[in-house]
Amino acid sequence: MDQVAELLVLTLAAGTPLVFAALGELVTEKSGVLNLGVEGMMLVGAVTSFMVAATTGSPWLGVGAGMLAGAALSLVFAVLTLSLMANQVATGLALSLFGIGLSAFVGLGYVSIVIEGIAPLGVPGLSDLPLVGKLLFGHNPLVYLSLALFAAIRWFLYRTRPGLILRAVGENPQSAHAIGFPVVRIRYLAVMFGGACAGIGGAYLAVAYTPLWTEGMTAGRGWIALALVVFATWRPWRVLAGAYLFGGVTLATFQAQALGVTVPSQLLAMLPYLATIVVLAIISRDATAIRLNAPASLGRPFHPGL
Amino acid sequence: MRIRLEPRPEPSRLAGWLSPLIAAAATLVVGFVLFSALGKDPWQAFHVFFIKPVSTLYGVGELLLKAGPLMLCAVGLSVGYRANVWNIGAEGQLTMGAIFAGGIALAFHESTSALVLPLMIVAGAAGGMAWAAIPALLRTRFNANEILVSLMLVYVATYTLSFLVHGPWRDPEGFNFPQSTMFGDAALLPNLLPETRLNAGILLPLAAVAVGWVFVSRSLAGYQMRVAGLAPAAANYVGISAPRTVWIGMLAGGACAGIAGVNEIAGPLGQLQPTASPGYGFAAIIVAFVGRLHPVGILFASLLMSLLYLGGESAQMGLALPSAVTGLFQGALLFFLLASDVFIDYRPRFGGRRRAARR
Amino acid sequence: MTDAPRLHLAGITKRYPTVVANDGIDLDVRPGEIHAVLGENGAGKSTLMKIIYGVVKPDAGSIAWDGKRVAAFTPARARRLGVGMVFQHFSLFETLTVAENIVLALDHDRAGPGLPARIRDVSERYGLPLDPDRRVHSMSVGERQRVEIVRCLLQDPRLLIMDEPTSVLTPQAVEKLFETLRRLAAEGCSILYISHKLDEIRALCHRATVLRGGKVTGECDPRHESSTALARMMIGGDLPHPRHRAARPGGAAMLVVANLTLPAADPFGTGLHDVCLGVHAGEIVGIAGVSGNGQAELLAVLSGECRLADPGGVVIGGVPAGRQDAGARRALGLGFIPEDRLGRGAVPEMSLAENTLLTAHRQGLVAHGFIRNDAVRAAAAATIKEYRVKAGGPDAIARSLSGGNLQKFIVGREIRQRPKVLIAAQPTWGVDVGAAAQIRQALIDLRDAGAAVLVVSEELDELFEICDRIAVIAQGRLSALRPASETNAAEIGMLMSGSFIAPGTHGGRQFSPAGAIGAD
Repeated sequence: MDQVAELLVLTLAAGTPLVFAALGELVTEKSGVLNLGVEGMMLVGAVTSFMVAATTGSPWLGVGAGMLAGAALSLVFAVLTLSLMANQVATGLALSLFGIGLSAFVGLGYVSIVIEGIAPLGVPGLSDLPLVGKLLFGHNPLVYLSLALFAAIRWFLYRTRPGLILRAVGENPQSAHAIGFPVVRIRYLAVMFGGACAGIGGAYLAVAYTPLWTEGMTAGRGWIALALVVFATWRPWRVLAGAYLFGGVTLATFQAQALGVTVPSQLLAMLPYLATIVVLAIISRDATAIRLNAPASLGRPFHPGL
Repeated sequence: MRIRLEPRPEPSRLAGWLSPLIAAAATLVVGFVLFSALGKDPWQAFHVFFIKPVSTLYGVGELLLKAGPLMLCAVGLSVGYRANVWNIGAEGQLTMGAIFAGGIALAFHESTSALVLPLMIVAGAAGGMAWAAIPALLRTRFNANEILVSLMLVYVATYTLSFLVHGPWRDPEGFNFPQSTMFGDAALLPNLLPETRLNAGILLPLAAVAVGWVFVSRSLAGYQMRVAGLAPAAANYVGISAPRTVWIGMLAGGACAGIAGVNEIAGPLGQLQPTASPGYGFAAIIVAFVGRLHPVGILFASLLMSLLYLGGESAQMGLALPSAVTGLFQGALLFFLLASDVFIDYRPRFGGRRRAARR
Repeated sequence: MTDAPRLHLAGITKRYPTVVANDGIDLDVRPGEIHAVLGENGAGKSTLMKIIYGVVKPDAGSIAWDGKRVAAFTPARARRLGVGMVFQHFSLFETLTVAENIVLALDHDRAGPGLPARIRDVSERYGLPLDPDRRVHSMSVGERQRVEIVRCLLQDPRLLIMDEPTSVLTPQAVEKLFETLRRLAAEGCSILYISHKLDEIRALCHRATVLRGGKVTGECDPRHESSTALARMMIGGDLPHPRHRAARPGGAAMLVVANLTLPAADPFGTGLHDVCLGVHAGEIVGIAGVSGNGQAELLAVLSGECRLADPGGVVIGGVPAGRQDAGARRALGLGFIPEDRLGRGAVPEMSLAENTLLTAHRQGLVAHGFIRNDAVRAAAAATIKEYRVKAGGPDAIARSLSGGNLQKFIVGREIRQRPKVLIAAQPTWGVDVGAAAQIRQALIDLRDAGAAVLVVSEELDELFEICDRIAVIAQGRLSALRPASETNAAEIGMLMSGSFIAPGTHGGRQFSPAGAIGAD
């Protein structure tokens, strides 16, 4: 049974970067903005956090820096798409390509460095309890943070007036503007929140999960996070479930090798990507569910007029 | 003073032409600042980055050699992008084209037939199209987002190639290196320019530019793709089939990317290695946009992008700068382009009251 | 009534790149007054209202409220002063509930926990029944207007702006709305009533300000003016009337739909029930109805934008065409003028020449798959000339044209292809009087030339002016066709409220997955 608990802990650990990135993107998309730059923002968050952690010796400072870096990069996206009305798809792609290049460039001197990462929480006594000990008290602190973030976003979106306004802006920016809400400002905030979350997701990989820096270390997690938001039909609960499902799939590919499965490692490594495609196709089939849940203005530019 | 953007009654053609030039200039400025910040003499760095690589005939050959796959992929992608079909998996389609063509080359390793190369090109195109058909099918049948599916398939294709050269297709006499045997001469593109590595493969992208130009500017199908991209409701109103648009867009991109893969393995590589391209499929997205999704524009944009690749290598050797600076410049170029594109549809107004409108 | 105006506008001017929408406009609204702003499409009414509501900033001029000048008008500021606005195209959020929609528009202190009760209270007091928990996408257009009005009333408005409120209502519902408005005015609320419908203004309003071309061209008491006099102020001339030739019955049935039932594909749409329709050569058939009752779905089925499984579902010129797409039906001689001009009838970013190619490429403009650019430009130039389209020429970009001119271009493009069957949806919506008259005449001329014409419109006057036979669509069902000369607006109005549907049968909105959507 302890092995099961162990596996669950590992699954949560593997899914957490997706939780951060996908929840952030969920909030961005709820405001009607599609930011395809998650992969780039995660990488920049990862490399920044690693550099700061390696320089200062504090992984927590690194997480903070990664968050700010993600938000800063998303600000570039926001200026281009919200103020300069650039195409959101093209700009998001550019952001990803730029983030990949930028992180590779600045991180070059940090590739073989080893740092002291953020270790899993250990509550003396409690963590050693059978079964529940690990499950309740044995996670990385950032895993708890991601769960808190989930709860906070859920509460914000569906229980608060600003959350209602955010959803209204994503649904119909023209009407929201006519009622008097500052649509562009709200979207700026939502985009930057998404960038900050993606930055933390990257930072988690670099200073907690592995912890090390390699070029392109997110390995497509940013794109999977984008797919997760669609799987989840824009609902936080399902984002969480989907992230852990993918954490589990990723984990299974590692575990299979450890258990001596003779399938070549490359074929196992494809699994998360193939799984993403399959689930995406299954969920997207239901056009009605997508239509009823997707923010109606998603991806469309908004010019407030004069 | 505040700057406001005011919609133009008609898009500005001047701004459309100027925008890529402004973007290129702004990227150069960023390069200047970056080189200075890194403690290099910016003028010398510029020379190393942009002049030195093309100061010899060999260098010009390299420029064209690298521009070829970029041009091919970008022309193919632009067909879809004009119709809002966002294939961003050209890298994977290129890889799959390389795998298909590589399979032919390995199967006919002993052959000296002149048909091997054409067969490889057909197989490469088929491989790329097959890979692009997956997102097309999932999009048209299941409404699945083609951006995400085509991107996921990049990883799958890369791992497939890696698996093949680590396993079944590994050269038994290759000291356990993960690569195939070198292809026979019949499977290699003939050299075009002595003293350089430039081969006949460059003719394929040039042909693609010509065909693309006719398709875009003169054909009804090209026009209808543009309608589908600009106004989906108008396309539906006149019976332009949305699934057909997706299929044409995806398959054009897949075929071109697959042929680009053939160019790589039958040209500079001469064998299958764990990766078939240094990111041409992604860089081609930038090329397509900087080239205004127009084949002729793409011709020039791919030369610029190729120069960025060469400059990165040159800077690595001559300035001890990481070659990753190339990626940085590529991204910055696209950002600046997107930013300066705003002036096509909007005009800036500086502070104060606006004067009466003129027409 | 006191003499201090509740709202005073002086010299309001607003310029857009291509047009001066408001040019030095002065306007006074007194407390408890129902004040009409009258003007035809494009006269600047909507811009003026948006300025009063703070959505649009004027370039010049001043606004005073209760005698005090207000410097910067924003929607929030306007709301705090007590300005409420019912938009022509509603500013509602479809996936949210009625209560959520209302909360969004209220200031924080008004949106307390007692809100659902207050919604019910206000809606009962003014005869505007509403269920606070319903989601807007499941409501009819009339119900949505109720939400907008109740939303305004909850803010205790002192000035209520109604922008073309009756275009979405049946004649009976219009009467009810007027009662509500009169009652509000009697309680001291000022009402600005924007319309181009002269009869309504004469029946309801105490005073009228007339706009033409962005300028005030007159002020009067509409109760003491004739419609003709008002019209003259509004358009600077007499209302044009089309030339009619007598109907010639007996033409072949060119467009036939028999017993068509189609569930709504879109969750926000309306299903069609047992629709029967036959349009004959040489006649104009009109379909009246409040928008959102299945018009869009029926038109999509007829045009081929929505294809049927049954080939016989739509028969065009005797050919079963149910499974054909829009292009194939055009090859059969179908022409279609859609309701949305920009983005559907024309590609906004393309030139008029390129937009000609959109539907007319079968007219010899393409050879072996290649575009004949000279022929395309010539065709565009001919359309521009023949239909007096004000445009820079074939290279003018579609979105740079005014609504009326673009509509004339689209109508011309379709009619010049000599269709055997022409379908026109809201052909004169948002078009100035001159262009509207020209478009109606073109439709009549096409009918006289022997084509079968189907017009779907919300404007009863228009239908009675040009149609030979009229039917009504309500809740996805189509009434029987009757000759226009044997019916009248009152009878059609009754039908529009669904009176012809047998009691007990299901309404058009079957799709209401209330449990499947919403909060996580």
